[in-house]
Amino acid sequence: MSETQQQVEELIQSRYKAGFYTDIESESVGAGLNEEIIAMISAKKDEPEWMLEWRLKAFHHWQTMTGPNWAKLNLPGIDFQKIHYYSAPKQKDRPKSLDDVDPKLLETFDKLGVPLHERARLAGVAVDAVFDSVSVGTTFQKELKEAGVIFCSFSEAVQEHPELVREYLGSVVPYRDNYFACLNSAVFSDGSFVYIPEGTKCPMELSTYFRINARDTGQFERTLIIAEPGAEVSYLEGCTAPMRDENQLHAAVVELVARKKAKIKYSTVQNWYPGDENGKGGIYNFVTKRGDCREDDSRISWTQVETGSAITWKYPSCILRGDRSAGEFYSVALTHNHQQADTGTKMIHLGKNTSSKIISKGISAGKSSNSYRGLVRVARKADGARNYTQCDSLLIGKTCGAHTFPYIESANPTAKIEHEATTSRIGEDQLFYCQSRGLDEEEAVALIVDGFCKEVFKELPMEFAVEAKALLEISLEGAVG
Amino acid sequence: MLNIKNLHVAVGGEEIIKGLDLEVGPGELHAIMGPNGSGKSTLGYALAGRDGYEVTDGSVEFDGRDLLELEVEQRAAAGLFLALQYPVEIPGVNNAYFLRAALNAQRKARGEEEVDSMAFLKTVREQLKALKMDEALLKRAVNEGFSGGEKKRNEIVQLAVLQPKLAILDETDSGLDIDALKLVAEGVNRLRDENRSFIVITHYQRLLEYLVPDRVHVLSDGRIAESGDRSLAQRLEREGYAFLDTAEA
Repeated sequence: MSETQQQVEELIQSRYKAGFYTDIESESVGAGLNEEIIAMISAKKDEPEWMLEWRLKAFHHWQTMTGPNWAKLNLPGIDFQKIHYYSAPKQKDRPKSLDDVDPKLLETFDKLGVPLHERARLAGVAVDAVFDSVSVGTTFQKELKEAGVIFCSFSEAVQEHPELVREYLGSVVPYRDNYFACLNSAVFSDGSFVYIPEGTKCPMELSTYFRINARDTGQFERTLIIAEPGAEVSYLEGCTAPMRDENQLHAAVVELVARKKAKIKYSTVQNWYPGDENGKGGIYNFVTKRGDCREDDSRISWTQVETGSAITWKYPSCILRGDRSAGEFYSVALTHNHQQADTGTKMIHLGKNTSSKIISKGISAGKSSNSYRGLVRVARKADGARNYTQCDSLLIGKTCGAHTFPYIESANPTAKIEHEATTSRIGEDQLFYCQSRGLDEEEAVALIVDGFCKEVFKELPMEFAVEAKALLEISLEGAVG
Repeated sequence: MLNIKNLHVAVGGEEIIKGLDLEVGPGELHAIMGPNGSGKSTLGYALAGRDGYEVTDGSVEFDGRDLLELEVEQRAAAGLFLALQYPVEIPGVNNAYFLRAALNAQRKARGEEEVDSMAFLKTVREQLKALKMDEALLKRAVNEGFSGGEKKRNEIVQLAVLQPKLAILDETDSGLDIDALKLVAEGVNRLRDENRSFIVITHYQRLLEYLVPDRVHVLSDGRIAESGDRSLAQRLEREGYAFLDTAEA
């Protein structure tokens, strides 16, 4: 490699620090999608028959569907027969504890800043680490078990807690819901399962780290979180992938169930590989996330920081079924180069005196396109529903685009719905002001963007807020000038 | 400290400063007065290096360096400070955080050690007290929702914390009532010493009653039309700028 080429490589590496590949022997099912493949995935996981039946029902339904075309995205055709739907690092037996996990895997997560082994674990945060299609380990399981909390991989939950999985799986996002959720239902491989028993406040933060590694492989994980009456949990999710010229598909489903007075806080820092500066490569991120405030006085809060992926299509939503239930959505979505994001939320008010709050911050740079799409629906019987939406866009440079698509549907005259939206450009005057005080241009942009995102960052758990801020700075490198 | 020779500055292709000479020695305070549109603010921006203020001719030496070679932030680190006529709002960015980031960026550029938050807070609190400003301002976003007077005083807080070698105050007195004006002047006077220089751009003689200038210059049509001691400012106050026309005729 010539010296300049190497410098360029290093520069790119420095921008996307998670772009490395772990050379590990893996077993995968062949490319393509059919009943046989699905049966194979199910068999590999030693699943009960009902699970396979559910997958096949989803698959048959999916075959009748067509992909969504309403988003403001330039969607490429995806050849679903070319994707590998299952890839797992080869290991003789499933490791019984984290000590048995392949050191290469542990090293990978170390490098990503998510140490799994005992000595270096993040204090106060339990981690489930998912590598391609399988969970490689979950920390602090014993401590959590003592509190009655179940935190394990989805595959493990199917084995150990089939009654819970069977009761709640698909109860928030039915397999028919949409094209990508349906595909996920047919082929999902792993993910995390959380169960917080009645009246329990989860003693630590729970988090899942998703890593795509293998080539031509899609990641289809499912997360299910159940909070029984009076339970509380804060859950974090992080994701990265190697840099590749080919696009890779990520289609996840997350279901949250909050029962009476339960509280679920779900935070995401999404940093999938965004593609290079010419728009080559990157992850296609089609995700369905939905929370069901199933009973009275429950609360679900989504916070997301989206900096990665070539395409993001994602609308974490709340169904406010219980009376006085509350939903929140805090979002920072940053797009640079040729990235496209169409993201937002849905707040469905069904119960009485329900409330929702939406704070969305979109930052566009380069030639990217960034859209907010949000639905606030108030049902006929939802007396006294309230919503507040604030939707701000910040443009950096002149070749990017920011769009806002709010949908408001109210069938109840007592509803109070407020919507505020602003679009601004990072001002030359702001940049000059910062620079005249000694900050260089990149520091100035980072500072202004950080200020713009303040309301969302303060919703993130401390260590995630720091990471999110650093991530924005890296993602914005070279955005100005 | 500052030596400007034959400076020409164009904005949007139009020449605004047309051959300006000015020498400011260490510890001196120079006042620049002049009618609207004479190029006072342009001079400030050009010295600070703002985009769009194109130096087409001339030279500026600052503390032994060629000022025009430096980027905006390098000029700041070299010890140049411009208090803006209209300080800019930066929503969501905490005032204290901003100031400390600026101070440490400058110190880093000069190869000095960064200031820790305790030492920093102590300095800022002292300055706020001297300027009779509420400490709560530190937690508010930079200039956001500040009154006109608070914004101007906030510039002086920055000045006091950043401790530049040369401070240019661009109409810092405009929009201030007499009490605020006195506080600002006191703030500046406290910072005067034999090494720190000031250029005070103002419309009114009023400020110069509190900030006694070593020299007063009248800027007209992009050049210095008249220089003198503080009595020149008093004369302008009495007679206005009309004499400039007769002087030029």
